[in-house]
Amino acid sequence: MNNSLIIGQYVPGDSLVHRLDPRTKITIIFFYVFIVFFANNLPSYGILILFALSSMLTSRVPIRFIMKGLTPVWFLIIFTFILHLFVTKEGNVIFNFWIFEFYSGGVIQGIAISTRFFLLILVTSLLTLTTTPIEITDAIEDMLRPLNKIKFPVHELALMMSISLRFIPTLMQETEKISRAQASRGVDFRTGPVKERIKAVVPLLVPLFVSAFKRAEELAMAMEARGYQGGEGRSKLRELKIEKIDIFVYFIFVLVIMILFATRTYG
Amino acid sequence: MDITFENVTYIYQHNTPFEHKALENLSFHIESGSFVAVVGHTGSGKSTLISHLNGLSIPTKGKVRIGDYSLSKEHKPGDMKELRSRVGVVFQYPEHQLFEETVEKDIAFGPENFGVSEREIKKRIQEVIPAVGLPESMLERSPFDLSGGQMRRVAIAGVLAVKPDVLVLDEPTAGLDPRGQKEIMDMFYRLHKEQGLTTILVTHSMEDALKYADHVMILNKGTKYLEGKPEDVFIQKEALNQVQLDVPEIVQFLISFEQKFKTAIPYQKQSVEEIARQVQRVVIGDELL
Ligand SMILES: Nc1ncnc2c1ncn2[C@@H]1O[C@H](COP(=O)(O)OP(=O)(O)OP(=O)(O)O)[C@@H](O)[C@H]1O
Ligand SMILES: [Mg+2]
Repeated sequence: MNNSLIIGQYVPGDSLVHRLDPRTKITIIFFYVFIVFFANNLPSYGILILFALSSMLTSRVPIRFIMKGLTPVWFLIIFTFILHLFVTKEGNVIFNFWIFEFYSGGVIQGIAISTRFFLLILVTSLLTLTTTPIEITDAIEDMLRPLNKIKFPVHELALMMSISLRFIPTLMQETEKISRAQASRGVDFRTGPVKERIKAVVPLLVPLFVSAFKRAEELAMAMEARGYQGGEGRSKLRELKIEKIDIFVYFIFVLVIMILFATRTYG
Repeated sequence: MDITFENVTYIYQHNTPFEHKALENLSFHIESGSFVAVVGHTGSGKSTLISHLNGLSIPTKGKVRIGDYSLSKEHKPGDMKELRSRVGVVFQYPEHQLFEETVEKDIAFGPENFGVSEREIKKRIQEVIPAVGLPESMLERSPFDLSGGQMRRVAIAGVLAVKPDVLVLDEPTAGLDPRGQKEIMDMFYRLHKEQGLTTILVTHSMEDALKYADHVMILNKGTKYLEGKPEDVFIQKEALNQVQLDVPEIVQFLISFEQKFKTAIPYQKQSVEEIARQVQRVVIGDELL
């Protein structure tokens, strides 16, 4: 299985970050993503970086693993940096290379934008690394509850999300299993002309769809057999609860926001 | 083809927090033409072992040799097709791999991929269909309209039609009715004898391992726990119980018999009739015979 993209990959643990209420994490990340765009000088970036890095260290998710998972995104970050280097023509020329002139503004812009980018990806993947998909859907369901008033099917949406999330690994396993079986029957998924490789997908997709539909049918039947009839009056196994630790983290985060707005330059 | 494992270790999702050692320092040798049963508690690494036999998995450490092929991290052949045409694998629940419109096309899929001529494929289908116990009228039906047991037979026919030298069976009869189980196992055994195949059978049934295999290997947590002739391995009750396995019923009977009658009848793979005669001899003595 290819696990290089870590978004959606939970790493079990018992750290402070893991134990936080998922709603706390989502709220903080939501605002973090928002305030990242207000940073505009060294100290304001500094406080954001400090917050992100210390969350990362507290989570005790192996750094090697986080970095490995970020590999596909590194490319984008570096690309953004280079783009700014070439197109921004502000500040002084700091050096010449062949026909290009590089401006100090370009370097600064490049660093700033790719830092923003890096922080956003780091913080959001930290959410999925330390929170199970089920917790995330529970939190979203809870946070969207007010929408029930306007007849928005919050519970159904959350159920759909959690079922899909629950079955992504199953489907990946299934894909792996069937592709192995077909490879044993002489299908070559890796080499050969494009036309052949596209044809090779049919023996993979047909069994995959067949089993997915069968699974869906079985799940629906099992849910009905256990008396499921929608969200009305259904109690929860895991109750979300805001603890002292959440309050503490909110407090720290508000402090970060205050420092950020106090140090950024205006005008 | 001879098969040799040399200190094979296999780790799933290597270098991630989810890594899991499924095989550890496993070494063994399977002689060409033998029938080997691999037995072990669930999760002991049987399916992982099997996936090394046609290059689906490459050992994380160590080396696997199959005939002239040598598979290791440092040295893996670019093209596995030859190997895969010579090692046929019937996976756990092989009916999940069916996809064609008709049974006939699905059986032909493997041989086509391996470049067998159309005429030869037709001929092979005529051979394998009766062998797996399916009526010929089924060839034109959709595999998805069949019963579970029939689908299983179609999938097995698809592997047999490739005419492999090595037949690898991962619990091929799990979930079938008892009669169907026996039919299919007898069919594999016949093919094994007739065509001189090397057969590797993964099974949870000690009875099957005892009946068909001439060599047994017991896995426990990815390592080799016991190995030898079935009649030597399957009498070690304590050792087997240690790894959540039981002795075959016939051995259990002889052990209970010994406890009750204080006379041991050693197990030497004798038939049920022979055991009945020995029991008679102990219980009522020779003179009545
Ligand atoms: N794709 C995978 N990723 C991670 N771990 C795996 C994977 N496949 C199997 N494992 C683990 O490797 C171990 C051995 O699995 P394997 O499928 O070889 O067991 P098995 O002996 O065939 O069991 P069973 O009798 O249930 O079929 C198990 O602990 C399993 O959890
Ligand atoms: Mg298995």
